[in-house]
Amino acid sequence: MNNLHLPAWASWAMLIGLALFIGLIVLSVRRNHGIKRSLFAAPYSLWMIIFTLLPCVLIAYYALTDANGHFTLDNFRSFWDSNHLMRENLRSVAGDEVAATVARGSVNVDTLVYSLWMAFLCTAISLILGYPAALFMADRHMKLGSTLVVLFIIPMWMNFLLRTIAWMSLLEDNGLINAFLEWIGIGRVQLMYNQEAVLLGMIYNFLPFMVFPVYTSLSKLDPKLSEAAQDLGCNEFRTLLKVTMPLSLPGVISGITMVFMPSVTTFFIPRVLGGGNTRMFGDLIESTFLKAGDWNLGSALSLIMMILILISLSILRKADPNGEGSGIA
Amino acid sequence: MSEQPRMIHLENISKEYDGVTVLSDINLYILKKEFVTLLGPSGCGKTTTLRIIGGFEYPSSGRVIYEGKDITDLPPYKRRVNTVFQKYALFPHLNVHDNIAFGLKLKKMPRAEINRRVDKMLDLVNMNGYGKRSVDSLSGGQQQRIAIARSLVNEPDVLLLDEPLGALDLKLRKEMQLELKSMQQQLGITFLYVTHDQEEALTMSDTIVVMNAGRILQIGTPKNIYDEPKNAFVANFIGESNIIRGTMVHDELVSFCGADFPCVDSGFGDNAPVDVVIRPEDIVIVGEDVGQITGIVKSVLFKGVHYEMMIEAGNFTWKVHSTTMQPVGSKVGLSVIPFNIHIMQPMREEKPNE
Repeated sequence: MNNLHLPAWASWAMLIGLALFIGLIVLSVRRNHGIKRSLFAAPYSLWMIIFTLLPCVLIAYYALTDANGHFTLDNFRSFWDSNHLMRENLRSVAGDEVAATVARGSVNVDTLVYSLWMAFLCTAISLILGYPAALFMADRHMKLGSTLVVLFIIPMWMNFLLRTIAWMSLLEDNGLINAFLEWIGIGRVQLMYNQEAVLLGMIYNFLPFMVFPVYTSLSKLDPKLSEAAQDLGCNEFRTLLKVTMPLSLPGVISGITMVFMPSVTTFFIPRVLGGGNTRMFGDLIESTFLKAGDWNLGSALSLIMMILILISLSILRKADPNGEGSGIA
Repeated sequence: MSEQPRMIHLENISKEYDGVTVLSDINLYILKKEFVTLLGPSGCGKTTTLRIIGGFEYPSSGRVIYEGKDITDLPPYKRRVNTVFQKYALFPHLNVHDNIAFGLKLKKMPRAEINRRVDKMLDLVNMNGYGKRSVDSLSGGQQQRIAIARSLVNEPDVLLLDEPLGALDLKLRKEMQLELKSMQQQLGITFLYVTHDQEEALTMSDTIVVMNAGRILQIGTPKNIYDEPKNAFVANFIGESNIIRGTMVHDELVSFCGADFPCVDSGFGDNAPVDVVIRPEDIVIVGEDVGQITGIVKSVLFKGVHYEMMIEAGNFTWKVHSTTMQPVGSKVGLSVIPFNIHIMQPMREEKPNE
């Protein structure tokens, strides 16, 4: 990591921050003549400051500076037009006319749009698959429901990378599914390294994050409410439509949040199952940092993503003001 | 009331949950425009009976007859009964107006007609102008009124009420009892009411059905059940009672507490063991030398209208209600007129509930 060029003030800021933090604790202990309950939050606050707040400040700093530490908005211009730097260089070497022939490079924006589209697909399919599953699990007449809950949880005990790699051994050319297809005489099919495989991997990994919030809000529902609906003339389907679904909305919103967020930012799944054929915004950020070594552009891309996430979070929060559907929304 | 036709008839209804019998062989009919109360301690099966009529439970055996038709297999939404649930079960995502309009909207009624009926209902339950409020902003009593309005707006033939006043405080409960009763008379709807509160049952009902351990013990008018309880359980559950083991010496003479008492019951057989039930207000305190038995006052409680005295006489502590107080420790005589001595068959050992 030779390109870790932390600005000098960052380490000073860390030191001063730490000193201030310890000073505040000492002051609080002396003023209250002992330890107050709120002091127990100190380790957590310290953790948050070092690993959440400071990185955010650093990302903002890098995003707004160039390699020499001067303020610039070039990084955001490069997001909009990936050929921006090339054109600037051409301008100084060959003049305006040649520079003008370089078209806008749309790769960054396209990747973002593509990521959002994939995340949308993943969320929509997870909802379509997950809601009935949650409905089934929450039905207290179904003895199978609790078994299903356990079956959903077990894969989550395994590491996310392992689970994704396990899909490789199923889908690859010499994998289990192709072996089976060949055995029954259909012949091998290209299953991996395409958009569908990536989508499959994403849905597989994120589906539980849809099912559980919905399941939680459904199982909290008073069964008397659906009885009341039936009493007033709803058949089972209308009860679902008019009472159960509207009342499980907080869980659905929470589920959407918890699937959509990691879907937009995912980078490992497209790399393993997409084999570089499908590039998502997470991949782009990762390679901008680690392959191109451009920390400033990488930070700008991260910042754009963070802002997008914050906007969608605040929209979702409006729809679920009490945060009933558990989770992060 | 016998001139009214039968509305609902339960025929040999039994219900088991995982091998545990909750209801055994319930036979009961409810007349049109009647106010019937199922009364019993918790776990006696009264709510299950109501839920079977509502269609939320399926009986293990037996039939539910509704105006002559078997509706045992009909789902709740096809039955012309509506239920007021114990904890109201109002829809939290709808406001007061939409809660009440819920059933009417399903019937695809024109909007103007819906609004007219909802307003009429709000009027009936004294909740005018509350239409736009969210149900969470209402007090328990107000929610109760909306729950009743939500059911009544569908103009059901029968309204099932599952301990609807259980969560209200005493004063509000008494008010609502009277309101419910007058609503029932005004609308001419059959009410089937479930409660464990004997006073509530006595106040409101035309007919009381006393239940215990999944069986019907007695069906009758409030006065009939209070004055002529069929067995010691009913006597004890409805009002306060002194229940004592005795022996029938012969017809119209019973022996308990070492003395013989003339009574009006007969047909139990000579020297048969019986339960004797005497209401506290039916015991008369007289002079020490003129009473049928004598006792010593053990404690006195002032109860407002009357004094409640515990008087030990003949190895039994009698609960006596009287408007005149006797000091603790004084010797008194007790006497009961024959008409107020109720003789019943001794109870079989009651199965403990659940």
